[in-house]
Amino acid sequence: MGRKVLTDKIHIPGIETIEVYKNNGGYETLKKALKQMTPSEITEEVKKSGLRGRGGAGFPTGMKWSFLENTSVGPRYLVCNADESEPGTFKDRFLIEKIPHLLIEGLIISSFALGAESTFVYVRGEFKTQIGILSKAIREAYASGFLGKNILGTGFSLDIYVHSGAGAYICGEETALLESLEGKRGNPRLKPPFPAVKGLYDRPTVVNNVETLAAVVPIIALGGEEYAKIGVGKSTGTKLISACGNINNPGVYEIELGLSVDTFLNSNEYCGGLKNGKNLKAIVPGGSSVPILPGNLILKTANGDDRLMSYESLSDGGFVSGSMLGSGGFIVYDEDACIVRNTWNFSRFYHHESCGQCSPCREGTGWMEKVLHRIEYGHGTSKDVDLLVSIAKRIEGNTICPLGDAAAWPVASAIRHFRHEFEFHIENPEIVKNIKHHSPEKYKVAVS
Amino acid sequence: MLQVTIDNHTIEVPEGTTILQAARMIGGSIVPPAMCYFSKLKGTGGKCRTCLVRVAKSSEKDARPMPKLVASCSTPVQHGMVVENTTSQEVLDTRKSIVEFLLINHPLDCPVCDQAGECDLQNLSYEHGLENTRYEEGRREFPQVDIGENIKLHMNRCILCYRCVYAVNQLTNGRVHGVLYRGDASEISTFIQNSIDNEFSGNVIDVCPVGALTDRTFRFRSRVWFTKPMDAHRDCKTCSGKAVVWMTGNDISRVTARKDQFNEVEEFICNECRFDHKNTTDWVIEGPRKIDKTSVISANHYEKIKQAAIINPVKKIIEKQAEK
Ligand SMILES: Cc1cc2nc3c(=O)[nH]c(=O)nc-3n(C[C@H](O)[C@H](O)[C@H](O)COP(=O)(O)O)c2cc1C
Ligand code: SF4
Ligand code: SF4
Ligand code: FES
Repeated sequence: MGRKVLTDKIHIPGIETIEVYKNNGGYETLKKALKQMTPSEITEEVKKSGLRGRGGAGFPTGMKWSFLENTSVGPRYLVCNADESEPGTFKDRFLIEKIPHLLIEGLIISSFALGAESTFVYVRGEFKTQIGILSKAIREAYASGFLGKNILGTGFSLDIYVHSGAGAYICGEETALLESLEGKRGNPRLKPPFPAVKGLYDRPTVVNNVETLAAVVPIIALGGEEYAKIGVGKSTGTKLISACGNINNPGVYEIELGLSVDTFLNSNEYCGGLKNGKNLKAIVPGGSSVPILPGNLILKTANGDDRLMSYESLSDGGFVSGSMLGSGGFIVYDEDACIVRNTWNFSRFYHHESCGQCSPCREGTGWMEKVLHRIEYGHGTSKDVDLLVSIAKRIEGNTICPLGDAAAWPVASAIRHFRHEFEFHIENPEIVKNIKHHSPEKYKVAVS
Repeated sequence: MLQVTIDNHTIEVPEGTTILQAARMIGGSIVPPAMCYFSKLKGTGGKCRTCLVRVAKSSEKDARPMPKLVASCSTPVQHGMVVENTTSQEVLDTRKSIVEFLLINHPLDCPVCDQAGECDLQNLSYEHGLENTRYEEGRREFPQVDIGENIKLHMNRCILCYRCVYAVNQLTNGRVHGVLYRGDASEISTFIQNSIDNEFSGNVIDVCPVGALTDRTFRFRSRVWFTKPMDAHRDCKTCSGKAVVWMTGNDISRVTARKDQFNEVEEFICNECRFDHKNTTDWVIEGPRKIDKTSVISANHYEKIKQAAIINPVKKIIEKQAEK
């Protein structure tokens, strides 16, 4: 059993209410932080904890916070990114739904550390239920004196605002999120300036993921050094992994970073192995944006070491033989899955979600999707695979925000590791045209 | 002052100058093409990516890993920066890809486009384009829209540079012009197809780098290369009245703002000058417009134009709007 610090109490009935949460030690950490610690002491603990952003990029949270330390007087803001829209990622939703007060407690402690008196939670619009749960919990926190003016008599005041998104994945990108929050079209901003300098309403701002801010509670409760003992190397602490695909136990798991991929995939405590005794074909370990890896490379690195669920181990081998931890969306493909179809599906998503601001992403995502669609339906030509590689390469690194890269990587990596499937589609149009994709048996015959 | 070297030319520039501005101060063939940046419109740039250059070396202070391709229009110069534009094969190759991206959904209907001959995209493709296309899919198509009586929106040709959006935001006081939808389905639109009822709306025609926004009063009247541009002015209450009239024989077929060698408007003009005065008697003709693309305008000259003649009129316009 790995250690759990975020989800250890979610089995307790009624934990989403403030009474039960309080009866189980909830808001005690808040009292400790507000009454016994200074803001910079809190930031110092977060630095010591080694916590890295759980939204995808893995940027050290303590360092991000410290960018705000020397900024001028006047308002500064904390924004919680709960826009979670990456295919394969569904952990923030789970946390808000199961234990909303943990996030609220984390938000209050973090706001205190950053000197923010207004904090915004930007929630994906489709999460209607979770917005309801979170709003109710916030009302409870106000009624208990944890929010509002002069919290716990410390003189610190804080208001939390919940803002519902309107259905755009791009609004999860932190600067697009800020634009959207300001009531504008959700186009990512040019960086620099970074949000720490010029964020919401041009004021210094920190944007953090839901899980990142929730993790601040155990960090303060345990102390940064103690938290850093969980995990492995620079991947400290626990991580929520949302597992899906053809596995026995899909769901959200809190793991200690450093757990082996093999254990996570096959042990009954977690995914429980593939369903119906199928063989593993591939895994996308960190949400749709990160490179796909074939079964052999996801279980072992190119050097033959066991692959671990950690920032470093998952990216071992770079883009040649590695991937990324990303946001922790663990998608498993069995032997019947069609990589071409999956790649087309991802590509369709990025085409649909590109904001359209910069030309490589606006034009390139649509182009890739159309070519992949042709290949998938038996109209590919021999030049198409190299064409896709070339388009992906031309998008990567040439765009305003990382959505361009996120659209290019899945295509490039699928071709890198599964080129034969693309070529099979192109060389056998008659077979491909006749495949019904809800009957995997037929597909298996076709590709093997 | 900060020192920057672009394609082996070294220049000192004030703090806050972008790489593109510095390159324009040096002038000549090292100036990167800019399809979306427009110096007189605040906030433009960063979108088209045609101005990408390679920063070979940044200042010691900059922590970001270099070398790296950056958008020159929106990257400020740092002291000691070394930039490569035409001297970098990577930049030239990438620019080719960007042009390819800009063209895949472009209708290439130059033979029937009023912008042909003075189109930035045409010039860009001529210099950086591929000879053949690798794009075999369908192109996006939109219906044509009339924005009021005088302006035609031909969305198929739009490269989504957002210049018109910023122009309308900054020159007029009603925010009715913007972008609908997203990705390659994005569309320029006046809010629910309202016409922009404002005396400066016609300037969107001049800021548009392609033939997506054209002058309905000039539509199909003549090819631009058969018309003769003359500097002219008139006494105008709304704007400076300084314009270019484009003559077909002895008739004025079109009126536009005056543009500098980077194809940017010098002074925005009002709709009355642009659309309603097509008689030669309305104008004092100064003489033929010099169109000398190869001239190298010195840094000071460039600055002078920018401050004295360009920023201020816009400010005046905005203030006028605010008073109403
Ligand atoms: C296209 C795109 C979508 C993103 N979506 C999310 C999201 O839904 N949730 C999130 O926390 N971060 C998302 N991010 C990452 C954010 O930009 C940002 O890095 C993150 O919120 C920072 O929080 P962290 O440091 O706590 O991870 C997205 C980034 C991109 C480029
Ligand atoms: S990369 Fe794509 S999503 Fe990001 S700013 Fe450019 S067009 Fe928009
Ligand atoms: S209509 Fe013209 S100015 Fe407006 S975004 Fe399109 S290309 Fe740019
Ligand atoms: S001119 Fe710089 S990105 Fe368009």
